[in-house]
Amino acid sequence: MNPILEAVLKSAAVLVVALTGFAYMTWIERKFIGRLQARIGPNRAGPFGLLQPVADGLKLIFKESITPANVDVLVYFLAPIVAVVPALVLFAVIPFGSDPTFQLASGINVGALYVMAVIGVGIYGMILAGWASNNKYALLGGLRASAQVISYELGLGLAVLSVIMMASSASLNDIVAYQQPGNILGWLIFRQPVAAAIFAVTALAELARAPFDLVEAEQELTAGFMTEYGGMKFALFYMSEYVKMIAMSALFVTFFLGGWSGPFVNEAPALSLVYFTVKVLVCLLVMVWVRATLPRIRYDKLMAFGWKVLLPVGLLNVVITAFLIAAGVPGYK
Amino acid sequence: MSADFLLFLIVGFVAIAAATAMLFSRSALYAALFLITNFGAVAVLYLLLNAPFLAMVQISVYAGAIMVRFLFVIMLVGAERRGREPEAPTLRWQRPLAIVLAIVLVVQAAYVFITRAAAGPAPAETVDAGPLSIGKTLIGSYLLPFEVIAIVLLAAMVGAVVLTRERS
Repeated sequence: MNPILEAVLKSAAVLVVALTGFAYMTWIERKFIGRLQARIGPNRAGPFGLLQPVADGLKLIFKESITPANVDVLVYFLAPIVAVVPALVLFAVIPFGSDPTFQLASGINVGALYVMAVIGVGIYGMILAGWASNNKYALLGGLRASAQVISYELGLGLAVLSVIMMASSASLNDIVAYQQPGNILGWLIFRQPVAAAIFAVTALAELARAPFDLVEAEQELTAGFMTEYGGMKFALFYMSEYVKMIAMSALFVTFFLGGWSGPFVNEAPALSLVYFTVKVLVCLLVMVWVRATLPRIRYDKLMAFGWKVLLPVGLLNVVITAFLIAAGVPGYK
Repeated sequence: MSADFLLFLIVGFVAIAAATAMLFSRSALYAALFLITNFGAVAVLYLLLNAPFLAMVQISVYAGAIMVRFLFVIMLVGAERRGREPEAPTLRWQRPLAIVLAIVLVVQAAYVFITRAAAGPAPAETVDAGPLSIGKTLIGSYLLPFEVIAIVLLAAMVGAVVLTRERS
């Protein structure tokens, strides 16, 4: 097949899956949180409320498009797009399965760096939305977002660096291949538990999800940078958050949970897709669970935690990992 | 005309247009956005030169980290709200000096172009610019400059901490 045509078809497939995943992630989250709070959750549209995302989408499409007074129109309309695109292109380097048909560009030798670069750019949507909305809540939300994301990106980078050091490659395919000595203990979460913990915490902060959702803290900032957005533009911000959630879970699986690996993958490559999906789903459910469990952290504590705890621990972890690898300790070849 | 060359022309045009637009834009935020566009275009140029590592570093350091700080400051001090100030007092020697320096730069560039053009096109050698070889070069043959830069950055960091500390 023509390589360009193949790339286009695969990208289209990934986009469809990511957007369907976004729609049903909202359903899963509402259902799961409902159950955790002894409620039923959405159950009117279709069996088990399964058509709820469709109803929500239709409602948002038919909403009147309102532009508040005195906004910077160009930036105001650009911001939701700038928010969604980085979330979607994150999927380009994630290996979804063992077979090359299940991968887009996961073989490139700078895959992990690509991830860091895209995550770093992903913040612009929030900042621009906060700036363009001509609203002090939105501006404060945008400011908080940029400070928070910059602070936690460092910890995230250090966690990814530990993984790169272990696999001695920044290619996501190599990182997955490194984690398969035939049993579950090959997963990096067992050999790099500190890095895995830092990654999990910083990923939540990057996503601005509870307990780090100060960017849109309702009681203080109404909806933060999204305050002045409605209809499809609001839906795009919502989409970027959930698509990023899925992407971050997929990255956690790839870095720490052995990626697509599992029993009988060599005999039936399609199984690897199933394993990958199940692992990602587990990560997503844990995120929802965390949101339902933990209260929001105060803003100064959040910054102090990022700079005074996560960053030093991450640095220490990198140094210790380097020593273990140089000393040739078994398991840290 | 190969696809690479066509891509180079397009990306180069975007980079130059964004840089020019940055210089002429009146709003600080738009200037920052044009600069981000320029950084992105330069990253694509690195990719075309088979230097994916540099391209990723360009995006994560410049477009991702430094420009976010820029936007943060622009939003924090409200540089936009103030509007255009009545012709800031310029130093009298600034403009002539800028013109002289610009002429020197153009002459230099022209000299390089003319002498190099006479020597024929540069040999198209394939350089391995992957993360591994860049790391080895940095820690190997350029160890001393690397360490010196590390010390300078550390000094800058300490300086920033000292300057922002509240005096008791």
